[in-house]
Amino acid sequence: MVDFGFTLVPSSRINLDLFDKEKYEELVSMEPDVRICMACGSCTAVCTAGKFVHTSLREAMEDIFNAKTDNALESLRACQLCGKCAMVCPRGINTRHLIMSITKVYSKK
Amino acid sequence: MKNNILIIGGGPAGLEASAQLQRMGYNVILIEKSPKLGGHLAKWDRLFPDSVPADEVLGSLLRGAEGVKCFTDTDVRAINRLDKSYNVRLTNGITVLSDAVLVASGFDLFDAVKKEEYGYGIYDQVMTNADLEAYFKTGSDPRIEHPGRIGFAHCVGSRDEKAGCRSCSKVCCATAVKQAIEVKQAFPKAEVYCFYMDLRLFGRHYEDIYLKAQKEYGVRFIRGRVAEVSENYDGTLLVKAEDTVAGKPLKVTLDLLVLMAGMRPSASGKAIGDLLEMQVEEDGYFAVRGGIAAGQRSPIPGIFLAGAATGPKTLPETLADARAAAMEVDRYLTEIFPDAKNYKQLVKERW
Ligand SMILES: Cc1cc2nc3c(=O)[nH]c(=O)nc-3n(C[C@H](O)[C@H](O)[C@H](O)COP(=O)(O)OP(=O)(O)OC[C@H]3O[C@@H](n4cnc5c(N)ncnc54)[C@H](O)[C@@H]3O)c2cc1C
Ligand code: SF4
Ligand code: SF4
Ligand code: SF4
Repeated sequence: MVDFGFTLVPSSRINLDLFDKEKYEELVSMEPDVRICMACGSCTAVCTAGKFVHTSLREAMEDIFNAKTDNALESLRACQLCGKCAMVCPRGINTRHLIMSITKVYSKK
Repeated sequence: MKNNILIIGGGPAGLEASAQLQRMGYNVILIEKSPKLGGHLAKWDRLFPDSVPADEVLGSLLRGAEGVKCFTDTDVRAINRLDKSYNVRLTNGITVLSDAVLVASGFDLFDAVKKEEYGYGIYDQVMTNADLEAYFKTGSDPRIEHPGRIGFAHCVGSRDEKAGCRSCSKVCCATAVKQAIEVKQAFPKAEVYCFYMDLRLFGRHYEDIYLKAQKEYGVRFIRGRVAEVSENYDGTLLVKAEDTVAGKPLKVTLDLLVLMAGMRPSASGKAIGDLLEMQVEEDGYFAVRGGIAAGQRSPIPGIFLAGAATGPKTLPETLADARAAAMEVDRYLTEIFPDAKNYKQLVKERW
């Protein structure tokens, strides 16, 4: 390919080739419900921490799928595990368990 | 002897099937549990996608079914299968011997009270799609007094495992777009927001009304499900959702929130199903025999299905289903009762 001398900065590009399938499968085995999110945004809308600091479970999951796992952890860093998001999730996801599982799997370097 | 056919449910499906079967020469008995015919169509004001008055459509369905023996305020009390036919005892004391039964019991609107976080029945300024249709029909509703900001919440009681309904109700995206346009026509200065997860505008002309809502009426479409609603001191509503495109939690103060309550299987239809031990699928609607290519036969011989009794349908889909059911009933009866005086013999006599 011809190199035109400019590329996107890596942080603003999604590169699915970087997706870590093994880690993802580890997450799925801990909490299979990561697969069934419909990206409705209800969890983010009601998040008690999100009032103050950017916090979003929906975005964290998207970041995982887009091989941006550091961003995912960042989106959940302020989570207090209050469980409010679990009350509104229309897919009935155990969001607290999902958040803990994401943190466990992706904090290991 | 003409075959007797009992049709349960006097909504669009029941009316259209009655008209067709009567024209084929059968003796149709139509029962409707409520005091008047028309089903949900009688509650709607104008119809998507082209805003035809619902009364006009209902009027032509009723004219088509003229001459059909109708019993309103009537349900089924008991039903027994005989050798080939069904012996049906009605709640009005009449017993019908019927060679085929068509169940056209339709749907129930999801009871929005169950979705407590949206505050229907708790906060004054929350209403449903059906309430808004009633407002357009009658021109009065205490909740509507020159609203400045109006929101539409899609998928209320649909696509929601917690509300006991995984499936999509199919008609409510188009209804929301239609009603958003209508409130803008009634209150041109109002700000109108639609909160959706996916816009399911699959039918012919549906995308056109979406474009019209954006271009001509400036309706704002926000991709995020309404997560919770609370009431302010002054009676206005505080609505929260995530704008998932912007990736940020969002709040907006509204004067009126309209809930797009979805379709659920009819409870009185289910009662008939229980009498007949009819199979229902996981979504609660009646199962049809033979899956995708089958259509309108139930798994029980002589029992047919049409309309929203087998899942959410738009009005044109309901009517097409009813016509197809009439064909199926005719095919069945000519096979099972070959000596009966059916429409084919009638044609011979009259020609
Ligand atoms: C909010 C909303 C808006 C809509 N707007 C549109 C629109 O603009 N355009 C469009 O194309 N479609 C629209 N639809 C869809 C349309 O309403 C349906 O397609 C149609 O009503 C289905 O007809 P049906 O006869 O199957 O059921 P129904 O209309 O539900 O009629 C069923 C009838 O059966 C009766 N019944 C039930 N059980 C029994 C029993 N045991 N004994 C006797 N009678 C019984 C009921 O009382 C009822 O009268 C809308 C739907 C909703 C929810
Ligand atoms: S559990 Fe965490 S992500 Fe969910 S609402 Fe509470 S703080 Fe927000
Ligand atoms: S509420 Fe549930 S389905 Fe909706 S975005 Fe959050 S986790 Fe996904
Ligand atoms: S038609 Fe639209 S509003 Fe209705 S359930 Fe389906 S996606 Fe939701």
